[in-house]
Amino acid sequence: MSRVKQRPERFIDETGRRLDGRLPDEMRPVDIKVGVLSNADGSALVSYGKTKVIAAVYGPREPPQRFAILPDRASLFVRYHMAPFSTEERKSPAPTRREIELSKVVREALEPVVLSELFPRTAIEVYVEVLQSDGGTRTASVTAASAALADAGIPMKGLVAGVAVGKVDGVLVLDINEVEDNFGDADMPVAAAPDLGLITLFQLNGVMTIDEMQRGIDMALKAISYIVEKEKEALKGSIEVEAE
Amino acid sequence: MNSEKPQTLRRYLVAPGEVIEGLNENEGIYVFDYGGVRRATVLGLVEASQEEVNYIPLKGFYFPKEGDIVIGLVTSHGAANWFLDINSPYTGVLSVQDFFGVKQGGRVPDDPFSYLKIGDYVKAKIVAFDRTRDPVLTVQDKGLGRVVEGTVVTVKPVKVPRIIGKKGSMLETLRSSTGCDFFVAVNGRVHITCPNELLQEIAIMAIRMIEEQSHLAGLTRRIKEFIEEERKVRGV
Repeated sequence: MSRVKQRPERFIDETGRRLDGRLPDEMRPVDIKVGVLSNADGSALVSYGKTKVIAAVYGPREPPQRFAILPDRASLFVRYHMAPFSTEERKSPAPTRREIELSKVVREALEPVVLSELFPRTAIEVYVEVLQSDGGTRTASVTAASAALADAGIPMKGLVAGVAVGKVDGVLVLDINEVEDNFGDADMPVAAAPDLGLITLFQLNGVMTIDEMQRGIDMALKAISYIVEKEKEALKGSIEVEAE
Repeated sequence: MNSEKPQTLRRYLVAPGEVIEGLNENEGIYVFDYGGVRRATVLGLVEASQEEVNYIPLKGFYFPKEGDIVIGLVTSHGAANWFLDINSPYTGVLSVQDFFGVKQGGRVPDDPFSYLKIGDYVKAKIVAFDRTRDPVLTVQDKGLGRVVEGTVVTVKPVKVPRIIGKKGSMLETLRSSTGCDFFVAVNGRVHITCPNELLQEIAIMAIRMIEEQSHLAGLTRRIKEFIEEERKVRGV
């Protein structure tokens, strides 16, 4: 029994639907929960369809290493890690080159919104664990990390969320899954803070025309606004306000 | 809490990045100006009436300030200092010289660290903190020093204003209905001194209840009822 995914013959059928039945500009169901871990100062569990990511935030606290102290602001640590059971074939738990790079990418997607200059000489630690991977883990990680930071009460200029736009069979598709990512023509992850009108992560793997890219960004930003609304809902839902 | 307030009061939650309409006063680190509008930086509760808009942050930290009286927990010591957890991102530093009042004519004994041990609570004042060094503490003032009786409860620092209440109303309720003495330090530590242990238990539960329900209306009345009920059940 081969569990390795094969390249499908076509990504989009006659009716214009994708392999999992979605329309090109349709997201997978997004679910966000905050405060899922009691030991962490803040935490969030985010799922984009079958992709599941958990994030835990600690701090601001004294940095574990002296060299990490920044005199004018808090240093932000992000660890992106995929659990050994998150993929179809076991992934070695040792951090790979890809995970080290994605840790940096996720950190840089959060740095513009975290008001780190309020807490000089401290460290804010974000641990992101991919529980189940089905494409779009870096964007889900940004969303989870942002929700967990807000849950921890770390002052932020705004909430961030991420989503990837891909190209399959020459059509732009929103929130690509693993098959569309592996065998598609392009993958463009975007993260943004819609309240501030700020794009904090932008990558492109593959080939797109300038027009496709612009349409892709518009699609992504629309989806990001929706995800951030979900994030706010989850955060506000964690506080019970009595009806008078 | 709301009985004296006008009925037009509107309460709603704001998430980081959301605009707080009509906010006049600046709430420090919990409010952020972007594009000429005031936005929340942490999850908070907005209470809007016709006259004023209040923003109550529901999350946050204790940021040390010179002159604040804090309650610290001794976590370790160096050659001439104790290090205190002051419920903040920063560690408090209390020097041996200051603890024994050398400047006031005191003498440092041969074994200074046996006088203040790890796990002890200390009431101290912040004398210096300028973001380049950790907060420096002193115990040389009236009422400061090691906490020798009662118990200390740690709460979230943002809940401190609620424990004190409007013009000290919540604290007054706690004092009169339990008969205990409460000292609320700004860093979220409450020192409770009670006539007996049963009352102390009730007092701790009441503090926890305030922490959990700090943003709900009518809390002072419910705390009073809760304490009366518990006293009846426990027979004190």
